[in-house]
Amino acid sequence: MEVLQLLVSGLANGCVYGLIALGFVLIYKATEAVNFAQGDFMMLGAFVTLGLTNAEHMDLPFWVAAPLAILVMAALGYLLDFFVLRRLFGQSQTAVVILTIALGFVIRFVAGVIWGHEPQTLESPLSIGDINIGGVVLGMADVAVIVVTVLLTLFLFQFFQRTKLGLAMQAASQNQMAAYYMGIPVKRVQGLIWGLSGATAAIAGILFASKGAIDPNAGLLGIKAFAAAVIGGFGSLPGALVGGLIVGVIEPFASRYFAAGYSQIAPYVLLLLVLVFRPNGLFSQVRVKKV
Amino acid sequence: MRVLFKTSYNDDIRLFPDRWTLAVYAALLALAVLLPVLLDEFYIGEVTNVLIWAIAGLGLMLLTGQTGQVSLGHAAFLAIGCYTNTILIEAGLPFIVAFPLAGVITGVVGAIIAIPALRLHGIYLAIATIALSILADDIIVLLDPWTGGVSGKFPAVITIFGLEIERWTMPVRFYYLVLVVTMICTLFYRNLLRAPLGRAFAAVRDSEISATAMGVHIARTKVKAFGLSCMITGWAGALMGYYAGAFNNETFSLVISITLLMMIVIGGLGSIHGAFFGAVVVAFLPQVLSIAKGAMIGGSVAIPGLETGVFGLILILFILFEPMGLYGRWLKIRTWFELFPFARKDMFRRQKSYLKTERLR
Repeated sequence: MEVLQLLVSGLANGCVYGLIALGFVLIYKATEAVNFAQGDFMMLGAFVTLGLTNAEHMDLPFWVAAPLAILVMAALGYLLDFFVLRRLFGQSQTAVVILTIALGFVIRFVAGVIWGHEPQTLESPLSIGDINIGGVVLGMADVAVIVVTVLLTLFLFQFFQRTKLGLAMQAASQNQMAAYYMGIPVKRVQGLIWGLSGATAAIAGILFASKGAIDPNAGLLGIKAFAAAVIGGFGSLPGALVGGLIVGVIEPFASRYFAAGYSQIAPYVLLLLVLVFRPNGLFSQVRVKKV
Repeated sequence: MRVLFKTSYNDDIRLFPDRWTLAVYAALLALAVLLPVLLDEFYIGEVTNVLIWAIAGLGLMLLTGQTGQVSLGHAAFLAIGCYTNTILIEAGLPFIVAFPLAGVITGVVGAIIAIPALRLHGIYLAIATIALSILADDIIVLLDPWTGGVSGKFPAVITIFGLEIERWTMPVRFYYLVLVVTMICTLFYRNLLRAPLGRAFAAVRDSEISATAMGVHIARTKVKAFGLSCMITGWAGALMGYYAGAFNNETFSLVISITLLMMIVIGGLGSIHGAFFGAVVVAFLPQVLSIAKGAMIGGSVAIPGLETGVFGLILILFILFEPMGLYGRWLKIRTWFELFPFARKDMFRRQKSYLKTERLR
């Protein structure tokens, strides 16, 4: 029973990691870059929702505020690409990596100035209490997290495989010039994917804030989401979710069964092990170029 | 305007292309040696800080600027250098042996870590090194008997042939020590670039495929780059430990790794000057910010994250408007004056490039 309880709470946490990892994968799939600020996007999404919902701020009903926050974050993602990242178009991944790390610092600073550094809780209708299924206690928020994550992953997966826009996004990442020849407006497509990943980050943020308190440093969770994305193979959406679940499940088990000190390093050790033995993740999409 | 007329192949790789350059650097060295006469002890301490950051920057520059491998884990190697140096001296080795050895050990550790890491490229390497940086913190705590864990350690006393050096009571001596190490590292770096290995580094950075075609062993070259980079970083770490006066598991955090990377980008990737320019920015930004903050809203108000936030903003502006960093800007200004009035606006225009995926499926 204890194992089951650990497993279930791990799954809920893992879904949050998975959601952030989805953001990484989205951008990686469509632009070949990695947004190191995705965790901070999530934090910002949570705070925007909090600013719209909570009584001491705007005091809007949650079900109005949440879609609004998702829209705001999507717009922010698009504008960020339009004004900042488009200038780096065609340059190496390294430049984008460094740029987004810096962006994360700026976002953390701005959020700290606006909302303060004290942990705050979102007045979310999702955090209404626990349900008890045969002895396993599960928060309503946890259930919501799991359901939304699975639905969102399915939706995004279908979007990339089936729709014209999704295919255009994949093409734009695989060879920018060839994509231009095929009549794909590469830059606009990249802007759209940044918007989409902003929206994903907002959803992740809302769900994360429903599970507990948030502060401007919540974005550092993004580092664990890296582990999730890497374990899943960076270019795979279902892989990101699976990776997130693995990391999420390992954490409670490690802290239960390993000595203190060893338990918190478990996700990173796993990350390094995967990188050493399966450098391109469990769902590999890379083949070595031959000269 | 100077005209370089090359009459032998050696002219291409001479340390100083002409007498004028030699004179400039000789003057710079003379200024550095005379600095303690010109400045008081507080500022000597600050300059020492700049030099230490510059050494660390040189270390990372060798890897990121020269070989094109992004590392976000160099704080871990700073820590290894710092702890190794202290432990070796406590074990009874003299500083003059322990200090170089600390760098070499860090380099060997770095090379060993690089062996699995070199199968990774680009973002994967960046992520692996982030994990390394986070793990370093926990590993230091786990190795409590040697590292002192959370309570930390004090750096061991430096004695070179009976001459005692201490950072707080005799900052001038410490300054000269750091200056000597800086010069050794800079000359080492500069000479490495002239050697086949340095050329191989640049080839790996610019295109792994063409480097392979030219007969460069990519994996071996990367391991060497990692090892040498970590060696220099290890020395910087040992000096940083002395400069801080005390260190524990949190001294060399992920933020230091990121600061180091940002520093060389702001300075200018791929140039020795860049490491020094970046170090000046990193060392003086906190002071400038606190003065600016004091002037605007009163000095007593603490704004958490201000330093990193402003630093991030500066970095974003640099990447957008001056990707070659401060050194690139300096080159442009210098060229403008050298060619006056023939400099044109688009002389430094970047070639348009398109990205292709590494994924083939």
